[in-house]
Amino acid sequence: MAWTEKEQQELDKILKKYPPDRKLSAVLPALYLAQREKNWLDNDDIQAVADALDIPVTHVHSIIGFYTLFRKEPTGKYMVQVCTDLPCALRGAEDFYRRFCERMGLPPTGGTTEDGLFTVESVVCLAACDKAPMCQINLEYFESLTDDKIDQIIASFREQAKIQQ
Amino acid sequence: MGNELIDKYVLFRHRDVENIHQIEVYRANDGYRALEKALKEMQPGDVTNVVKASGLRGRGGAGFPAGVKWGFIPKDIYPKYVVVNADESEPGTFKDREIMTYNPHQLIEGIILTCYAVGAETAYIYGRGEFAPVFRDHLQQAVAEAYRHGYLGRNILGSEFSMELHLHLGAGAYICGEETALLSSLEGQMGQPRSRPPFPAVEGLYAKPTVINNVETLTNVPPIVLHGSDWYRQYGTEKSPGTKIFSLSGRVNKPGNYELPLGTPIRYLIEECGGGIIDGKAVKGILPAGASSAIIGPDKLDTTMDYEAMAAAGTMLGSASFIILDETVDAVWAAEKNVKFFKHESCGKCSPCREGTFWLVNVFRKLREGHGTKQDVELLETIIEQMKGNTFCLLGEFVVPGVRTSIDLFRDEYEALAVAEEETTPGPAKDLIHTFF
Ligand SMILES: Cc1cc2nc3c(=O)[nH]c(=O)nc-3n(C[C@H](O)[C@H](O)[C@H](O)COP(=O)(O)O)c2cc1C
Ligand code: SF4
Ligand code: FES
Repeated sequence: MAWTEKEQQELDKILKKYPPDRKLSAVLPALYLAQREKNWLDNDDIQAVADALDIPVTHVHSIIGFYTLFRKEPTGKYMVQVCTDLPCALRGAEDFYRRFCERMGLPPTGGTTEDGLFTVESVVCLAACDKAPMCQINLEYFESLTDDKIDQIIASFREQAKIQQ
Repeated sequence: MGNELIDKYVLFRHRDVENIHQIEVYRANDGYRALEKALKEMQPGDVTNVVKASGLRGRGGAGFPAGVKWGFIPKDIYPKYVVVNADESEPGTFKDREIMTYNPHQLIEGIILTCYAVGAETAYIYGRGEFAPVFRDHLQQAVAEAYRHGYLGRNILGSEFSMELHLHLGAGAYICGEETALLSSLEGQMGQPRSRPPFPAVEGLYAKPTVINNVETLTNVPPIVLHGSDWYRQYGTEKSPGTKIFSLSGRVNKPGNYELPLGTPIRYLIEECGGGIIDGKAVKGILPAGASSAIIGPDKLDTTMDYEAMAAAGTMLGSASFIILDETVDAVWAAEKNVKFFKHESCGKCSPCREGTFWLVNVFRKLREGHGTKQDVELLETIIEQMKGNTFCLLGEFVVPGVRTSIDLFRDEYEALAVAEEETTPGPAKDLIHTFF
């Protein structure tokens, strides 16, 4: 992957936040940038981050392995992350999640829908425990959900994906 | 709403003043006046002193006095850094997100005052990766406004003092809330804890003197500087002064954030603020510090919520994330959920935590799947005994009190699951466990 001109500008801006001899600090923001286009990182993306920061590619791999928000495999266009941690679970989030998976045609543990649009998974606390059940879709917050509400949200993302095609 | 105990919000000022996230509104309501006062009338040391005198304690969990921490920063080493902990990942905690979303300027002003106090010219706010929208839509805008108005950047308000404030997002790892892991993460490493000493005050970010404080801690600083330590001490107790945000979640009617004076009874939070328990059920257990809590029973409802009283009640205040269990909740299930959380978040650096959480999850599963034995309950106790005091950082230590108190308070529920007389299915062999430690 080569950085687009816009990405290169953003990268330069990111690097300015850290001391000139501390480029490594930019590894997470650079990975976010590299992941933005298709929602996951292939080997070229990873190499591009390593090259941009003058660091070994193995280091970039270890970083990706450590942090949960980077992905080395294709996922759905929309990552739907439903919190089922204790505070949310005390307000019915586990059952909510199971019903949601079922309506999405997925096993109770989640997965990617056949059309490749949605990857559904359950995650730990997202700092919105008072608004359970809740989820993040590509990190946007959706709170105080009901079955109907999340179905409508999913439908609107389906629409959005159609328009973008 | 449940707030007769303070006449005005100190931290959640957006609940009193609409649109205080806009710099004009913030300025029209005392905003940035503490900074003006500090730059015009106070030496950096005076700022540290007033914060010391206020008795403000860190809101990230440990409750260490903020002014004392700032006092540890060596004078003659440059550069120095201020790093704001916005990792907020303890299950049940959701207060920093509200501050950053609705009252960001008060946090920013607090950061600038802190930098001035300790002589730092660069600050970073480290937020958990999942806060990307909060940073993008709220904080970033507020920071840009602060730059435009000359509160950040070169020669702030015409003074000699200059500083830069940068936002930095993590990427999904609870351990990055631990201050040394956070620094490693900010330096571009895996977020694994470092040994202390050296403490960050001496060797922190890029091995330079660094103050690390929680979002809520620093949001207290502007009103303290503006109104003084005596004003601040009108709330709270002698040893735990001020107001605190209590994140209330679980089986209550009105979960949410409530700002109350430290020293308010737990009962007030649950009943007056939270509107009592769903369907009028009885309280079964309280986790005052999120998943890391020692659980306390309903006999402790009159305990006051301050650092001392909570410790005396056998638990801790921590970040004040009160998760409420009622009589309908399966205690073993709840304990298992938290253990799974810690297994998921263990950074893997030390074996007592990495292996301990692994085995705990296995034994819990065995119990809950219906082939547990009495020995398995003992095994849980053995595992936490062996983790206790032996983990590299506090994450591993946090696992212990939840399991310990869950078994102590609800032993009958554990024993009811110990159905089999002896091993019926191959469970984790005990002698194997010992070889791991
Ligand atoms: C496992 C672990 C997780 C932590 N998570 C957070 C967190 O999310 N936010 C936070 O402010 N402090 C967290 N802390 C506490 C920090 O290490 C540190 O004490 C705190 O940021 C200091 O700021 P304060 O003095 O203002 O509280 C955590 C500590 C541990 C051991
Ligand atoms: S206690 Fe857990 S989180 Fe802390 S260093 Fe050890 S493995 Fe990592
Ligand atoms: S437990 Fe779900 S957001 Fe906190």
